[in-house]
Amino acid sequence: MIKLLSGNEAVARGMWEAGVSVASAYPGTPSTEILENYAHFPNVYAEWAPNEKVAVDVAVGAAYAGKRGMAVMKHVGLNVAADSFMYASMTGLEAGLVIVTADDPAMHSSQNEQDNRTFAKFGRVPCLEPSDSQEAKDMVRTAFELSERFDTPVLLRLTTRICHSASPVELGEQNAPSGDTQPFPRNPAKYVMVPGNAVKRHPVIEQRMHDIAAFAETFPPNRLEPGNSALGIITCGIAYQYAREVFPDASILRLGLTWPLPEQMVRAFARSVKRLIVIEELDGFLEEAVRMLGIKVEGKSIFPITGEFDPRRVRESAVQAGLLPGEASVNLPDVEVGTLPGRPPVLCPGCPHRPTFYILNKLKVPVNGDIGCYTLGFIPPLQAIHTCGCMGAGIGVAHGAAKAGSPEHHVAVIGDSTFFHSGIPALINVVYNHSPVTTVILDNRTTGMTGHQENPGTGSTLLGQEAIRIALQPLVTALGVRHVQTVLGHDVTAIEKVLKKYIKLDEPAVLIVEDPCTLLPDVRKRWMPLEVLADKCNGCTLCFRIGCPAILKSEEMDLKSQRPKALISADQCTGCEVCAQVCPREAITFRQDEVAGGLS
Amino acid sequence: MKETLNFLLCGVGGQGTILASDVLVNVGLAAGYHAKQAEVHGMSQRGGSVTSHVRWGKTIHSPLIGAGEVDVLLAFEKLEALRNIHSMHADALAIVNDHTILPLTVISGDGTYPGDDVLQSAFSRVTSHVKFIKGEQVAGGLGNPRVANVVLLGALSYLLEQSSLVSSECTPDTWLKVISERVPPKHVELNRIAFQAGRDAAGK
Repeated sequence: MIKLLSGNEAVARGMWEAGVSVASAYPGTPSTEILENYAHFPNVYAEWAPNEKVAVDVAVGAAYAGKRGMAVMKHVGLNVAADSFMYASMTGLEAGLVIVTADDPAMHSSQNEQDNRTFAKFGRVPCLEPSDSQEAKDMVRTAFELSERFDTPVLLRLTTRICHSASPVELGEQNAPSGDTQPFPRNPAKYVMVPGNAVKRHPVIEQRMHDIAAFAETFPPNRLEPGNSALGIITCGIAYQYAREVFPDASILRLGLTWPLPEQMVRAFARSVKRLIVIEELDGFLEEAVRMLGIKVEGKSIFPITGEFDPRRVRESAVQAGLLPGEASVNLPDVEVGTLPGRPPVLCPGCPHRPTFYILNKLKVPVNGDIGCYTLGFIPPLQAIHTCGCMGAGIGVAHGAAKAGSPEHHVAVIGDSTFFHSGIPALINVVYNHSPVTTVILDNRTTGMTGHQENPGTGSTLLGQEAIRIALQPLVTALGVRHVQTVLGHDVTAIEKVLKKYIKLDEPAVLIVEDPCTLLPDVRKRWMPLEVLADKCNGCTLCFRIGCPAILKSEEMDLKSQRPKALISADQCTGCEVCAQVCPREAITFRQDEVAGGLS
Repeated sequence: MKETLNFLLCGVGGQGTILASDVLVNVGLAAGYHAKQAEVHGMSQRGGSVTSHVRWGKTIHSPLIGAGEVDVLLAFEKLEALRNIHSMHADALAIVNDHTILPLTVISGDGTYPGDDVLQSAFSRVTSHVKFIKGEQVAGGLGNPRVANVVLLGALSYLLEQSSLVSSECTPDTWLKVISERVPPKHVELNRIAFQAGRDAAGK
């Protein structure tokens, strides 16, 4: 049966076909849909871990116990999980262990575009890279077979374009996990990585990579597509598709296993062509490895090291390097449209994070942010986030700035899921090493940015089972924070009152702002639009300063101030009443027609 | 009939462009093409720009279309139509939903939304095959503005047939079957009506 699947759906299908026993992940674009889809297969176990390091440890535990384990994450998640990734390489395992990394060339939704193939080399772990959805599915099973054959974790590297593009897939049969269990290994020489044991393991894993490189010479995913010998192209992943499209006649060596390299295959290919190039997105990873073999090769001198490829970028680079005849740039329609207004993502109408940023902006304090929807608090007019580097960074950065004597009171803002991910140790540090940092935990009862995944604070799991809901206030209190208060997200006055008090304190404080994401189904049911009473509005513009997309400028001007009055888009307004709270003239109220009609 | 057809769908997060492109790629498969689809949406859940690439052909390698190689532009919003105008080649077919969603940059006064005159003259300079469809208005007339995306698909199906760009297997029934498989049973009839309304609008 053939079905159109995205790369993420295909990996999920591949996991089911491969009989994965335990799958653990932390959501992150572009990888999130893998576990979401996998969780829909019958009789599988999948979970959201609080972070990627935990997810890898969980998958390792399954693999030690003799069952196939898998951990899934976006590229930067592997930074968080790096410690676990490295020891798992040292110990090996009893059953297959596969780690999926979804890299994000062009940074569609990430803070960097690191190329995680380097982790494979760094960790002495083989790396598989599919070029379409069919391979994304098939390579899951291949990865487990490789893992079990060579006693190694395997890195399955995807990129955004693989994850989020769909192509036809021939579905396979399920290789159901066996119900048999085996005794947990008592083998300290292999599984207890104290120096005396680790010293003996290191040569083992170096030898393992030599063995895999030899195996790679005849490994079917490394595929030779002979063509005109004037040009030879080594390529991998999605770049293979662009290479095939732009150079239909060239000889191509498509590597499905991009680490370690099949040395003899590469040498033979290099000898068979006149000019050898590598087409790969991001780093010149294969190019450097080929050059290390003493082979003359070009790559990043022709094709960009930054961003994502597409057929046009590849073609233009090739023309410029004299690989193809023609004009260096494609003739685009000759029409000037001027500078168009941008459409950056914004905090949604009704977002419970908005009042916090409105107040932080008013208080003019430095705010150290984190990764999530609330990062959008940096955008005008709110402009109330001043640093944001990675998951869990904000609290530590605020503490460091305070210790350095930064003259203002530092605030850290972090979401509930991010707090569980990596905020807790940083808050422990604020308490333990004592700094007057105010931490605001924005608890919207979900993982918002990636599309509403469950987390330890939601009271339910990925598989839809009820779970203990970890309560933030008792947790923070138990860490030793003496000033903790929970307020409602839409209560502008309460947030202002508590924050004003906390930023004058000389000790750690935590404000928990609790209100569910306005896009959650239960909240949507309560949406009820507001309207502006034009006769009361005097065009003071205060409501424009909350940065709500539902508040528009009316064409009607206030005669006295000569400023436009406000107008609320009934299509977009959720009725959160934040604008009504900041309006000094009580000019914003629920729509009379809606109230009379009674929305259900 | 053209051997390879490149469709670019563009709009704003939440407009249903993803569902529409899912329908389009599956119609391609049902009509006997090889087909691929790629979403480019970044953080679009939060009201940002969204584009989706759909390619039909004998053998499709790249899921992405190179700039200047779009055969059919299906724009769900006018500003997004203009933003993607350089993706088309000179002979391309453009279907533009006559609908405005103001970005926050315009609401806050930092940008100006281009007028209809700018839009129309820009498109007329690129191609002579431009059709404006009042998707929201047509859908609203059917009682549900949310089916505007299916109205646009109806218009697309009609104009593709008229242009004879597509294979003869690409009939309204093929489209309706794919659409019906993707909407809840209670909405099948509404979507069928919306699809036909789109075809009628495009024929006017």
